[in-house]
Amino acid sequence: MAYECDGATIETDEEGYITDISLWSRELAILIAREENIEMDDDHWEVVNFLRNYYEEYQIAPAVRVLTKAIKKTLGADKGNSKYLYELFPYGPAKQACKIAGLPKPTGCI
Amino acid sequence: MLHLINKSPFERNALDSCLRMAKSGSAILLIEDGVYAALAKAAHAEKIIRRMGDCSFYVLGPDVAARGLSDAPLIEGIDVIDYEGFVDMVAEHDATQSWL
Amino acid sequence: MSEMNEFDESAPTVVKRFMYVNRRAPYGTIYALECLEVVLVAAAFDQDVSVVFLDDGVCQLKKNQDTTGIGMKNFSKTYGALDDYDVEKIYVEKESLAARGLTADDLVIPVEVLAADDLREVMAQQDVVISF
Repeated sequence: MAYECDGATIETDEEGYITDISLWSRELAILIAREENIEMDDDHWEVVNFLRNYYEEYQIAPAVRVLTKAIKKTLGADKGNSKYLYELFPYGPAKQACKIAGLPKPTGCI
Repeated sequence: MLHLINKSPFERNALDSCLRMAKSGSAILLIEDGVYAALAKAAHAEKIIRRMGDCSFYVLGPDVAARGLSDAPLIEGIDVIDYEGFVDMVAEHDATQSWL
Repeated sequence: MSEMNEFDESAPTVVKRFMYVNRRAPYGTIYALECLEVVLVAAAFDQDVSVVFLDDGVCQLKKNQDTTGIGMKNFSKTYGALDDYDVEKIYVEKESLAARGLTADDLVIPVEVLAADDLREVMAQQDVVISF
C-alpha cells in the first residue's frame, strides 16, 4: 500500500511499515495512526518520539520488553509498563508505535 | 599496473601475493576490508613500508571512514583518495588487477 | 514479543550457555551484521548469552565509524543497545586488539578484554558456540 502525504506518495511494505525511513513526517504519522484506528494525543507522541530517539541513537527499533524497560528508565514506572503501553497501542506498542514512528519492525521481536 | 586489494590482510593472503607479484612502479589501492592493511600500528605495516620505495600506495577514503579509521594512524606515505580519484586511477592505468 | 509472557512460567526451563563468536570485519561481508541480529533475537529466550570479538571481529567495535560515504547503515551504534537487551558478557581478545594497534579505549562500548589463555577457558565452558 501507500500513503498520500503533502503531495508525495509514500510506499509501505505488505505489513504497512514505510520503506524509506527518511520520508517520515508528523503529518504522515497521523495518517498511519488513523489507519491503525489511533487518534494521536500527547501520550502517543511521547512514545513515538521516544522510539525515534532510540532509533537515532542505536539504529534499531527495540523489542517490546526492551522498549518497556527503556521507557521505565527515562519516563518512570507509570509509563514503563505493558498495561500503559498496550492501552495506547492495543495491537502491541512495539509493532504499532514503530509503524507510526516510521521505523522498521522491532529487532528481536518473535 | 593498478592492483586492487579488497580483503583484510589478517584474513586472506591477497596483500602478500600482490606484494610478491607487483613490479616496480605499480600502484596498489586498498579498498573495502583491504584498508585495514594501512593501519600504521598493525602487524602488516612493515610489509607495505618495505615496498614504499618502488610502488605507490593508495587507500579509499570512504572505506577508511566507514570503518572508523579516519582518526587512526595510517602508514605515512599512503595517499587517501575518493571515488573520483579511484575512477581517475583506473583510467590512467593500462591494466587493473583485482586480488579477490 | 508479549506472547513470551503467556508461556507456562512454572515449567522447568533449561538455561544453556550460548557464545557468539565474531571473527569478521564489518561492511566487507554480511557476517558481522548477521551475527548482531541473531544475538538480539536470541536475547529474548532467557539463555546465558555471551558475545566474543576475535581476529578481525574486533574491528566491528572501532569508534568513529562513519558510513555516509559507502551508503550502508552504521550498525556500530547498535552494539550500545546490547545492554538494554540484557547481553552483558562481552569479551574481546587482547591479542587481536594488539595485532591491529587498538586498545579498549578505541571501542564503542565497555568490554572485558581477555588474553587468549583466559578466553580459551570461558569458551570451553559453553554449551553452544556459534561462529560468524
